[in-house]
Amino acid sequence: MAELLGYGIVLGSIITLGAIGLTLVYGIARFGNFAHGDLMTLGAYLALLLTTNVFPALGISDSRLGPLSFGWVMLVSFVPAMAATGLVAVVVDRLVYRRMRRLRVPPVMLAMASLATAFILRSLIYIAWGPDFHFYTPGLRPMLMLPLGIKLRPDQIFIILIAWALVVLLYFFLQRTKMGKALRAMADNADLARISGIPTEQMTTWTWIIGGGMAAAGGILLGIDSQVRPEMGWILLLPLFAAVVLGGIGNAYGALVGGLVIGIVQQVSTQWLLPAYKPAVAFTVLILILLLRPQGIFGGG
Amino acid sequence: MGIIRVFHFLAGFTITTAIYAIFALGLNVHWGYTGLFNIGIAGFFAIGAYTSALVTSPLPTGVRANYVQQIVGLNLPFPAGVIAAGLISGLLALLIGIPTLRLREDYLAIATIGIAETIQRVFNNERWLANGPQGMVGLAQPLGGLVPPNYYNFVYLAIVAMVLAMVYVALERGIRSPWGRVLRAIREDEVVTEAAGKDVFRFKMQSLVLGAAIMGIGGALYAHSVRAIQPSVFTPLFGTFMIWVMLILGGSGNNKGVVLGAFIVWGIWSGTGYFIDRVIPVAWAARAPFVRLLVIGLLLLGILLTRPQGILGEEKQVSRMM
Repeated sequence: MAELLGYGIVLGSIITLGAIGLTLVYGIARFGNFAHGDLMTLGAYLALLLTTNVFPALGISDSRLGPLSFGWVMLVSFVPAMAATGLVAVVVDRLVYRRMRRLRVPPVMLAMASLATAFILRSLIYIAWGPDFHFYTPGLRPMLMLPLGIKLRPDQIFIILIAWALVVLLYFFLQRTKMGKALRAMADNADLARISGIPTEQMTTWTWIIGGGMAAAGGILLGIDSQVRPEMGWILLLPLFAAVVLGGIGNAYGALVGGLVIGIVQQVSTQWLLPAYKPAVAFTVLILILLLRPQGIFGGG
Repeated sequence: MGIIRVFHFLAGFTITTAIYAIFALGLNVHWGYTGLFNIGIAGFFAIGAYTSALVTSPLPTGVRANYVQQIVGLNLPFPAGVIAAGLISGLLALLIGIPTLRLREDYLAIATIGIAETIQRVFNNERWLANGPQGMVGLAQPLGGLVPPNYYNFVYLAIVAMVLAMVYVALERGIRSPWGRVLRAIREDEVVTEAAGKDVFRFKMQSLVLGAAIMGIGGALYAHSVRAIQPSVFTPLFGTFMIWVMLILGGSGNNKGVVLGAFIVWGIWSGTGYFIDRVIPVAWAARAPFVRLLVIGLLLLGILLTRPQGILGEEKQVSRMM
């Protein structure tokens, strides 16, 4: 059980990175972005491109970092992969969602457009990399025996550390910087924010950069934990939404708690259920929240 | 000989398109007329297909019982399978509607994705239910003895066309009735409709159940057309996304447009398959379907951006008295 709890925190940290972006976009752009899982996939594949194609082509050699299954090239790849995914999210916003916003299209049509975007992104990933799954690095990944009977791979401890480092960075950004405060104000009440002189279009662009970057980091960590596959993000979409609804839409800290809860519940459920049912478990949690507390744990009335 | 082959191809194509048109009509009840955002059509599709398969096939006997498992096998005639498919699918919609229909519209969307994913996983992993990943084969052919087997497609085409016509006529009548006007009022403004004294939750539930029942019937027709179903068939792409593109392209809120959309989109899908298979090098053959998916995805985005009302757009529905 302690072991499953450990895996749950690993998965929950990954879900949190996706859910934070999803909830910010939900709060600020006002629609559920069904392409968010596929942004995670894109980030994972961009890191794959960097570690297996770009860096070797530049003649840069790599060796494993201590007990981890990968080297510093992987670490370096996070930055460009996150930036590029954020950029893709912004480009999609400019080409699609901003036009629709200007036409005063109801938000649900933007959600539909995001579904189309999801399929387009995934088809491009399939075309570029094919349907097979990939590993960032070949070879064995030894287990660490921790106290309380917890078995984790060094990679998984790395996943938790990176995810939480990013969450802490985002916390300081949202809490301490002027832009962070403006973002939170907008997620809370967009009209009020606009009246107060917050440049809402500019803030929307930053939301996509942050959301896309966080999603990419989550995708890369998911790829390190298991493998890189075209459907990896789509499968995670349901847990992401469950985490967002649990934490209250637009609430970044709620998404943090929601992500951890959903991750832990999903992994602990494998004690009794087949692992294939993990998305169904997330779905069940979602339905329970909708029945009992549809505004989320931290949502007001 | 050549012309006969063309007719066989056209019959097969029209059967698939007509079944898709039935799904799209069901979605039109949800989205086109009521504004219910259902992106888990694949779930109702699968439930309909499996229900009819279990209702119409006998329990396996003899050697077959060693490797085929299914929870029931009622061995009833085809119409019973179709009706049961509609009922069970409608019942499923009722269960989803209870926690979601009072809440904001995108919660229904998330819940329907969830139910579609869950259903596919249940049929894949619970072998006792309907034979797991191998699925069910040898499903009944209604009026199978009527013509030689290689002409059977034409018989089934007639059956599917008849069901499509019945669904179409029933919906056209329903949508022009006072009931249909309430649905459209809910789509336009829920609060005003509520203020006018209509029980919005009740009408939304009726729409959700009716649309899902139509999707279940479509699933049953699909099952008996291919005669073999596996969980892997009911994907978000073929079970949900394709149908949305048909609806949006043809014209949401217009039953004629939706049927037209089904023909155009399935035509593009089949046509690009024929074309791309001849253009793409063999080494890339595994990626060819995704080029077609890209085309369909861009098509949907293009319509949403340039002509969101679709080809036909919604018909004006004014009372004959005016």
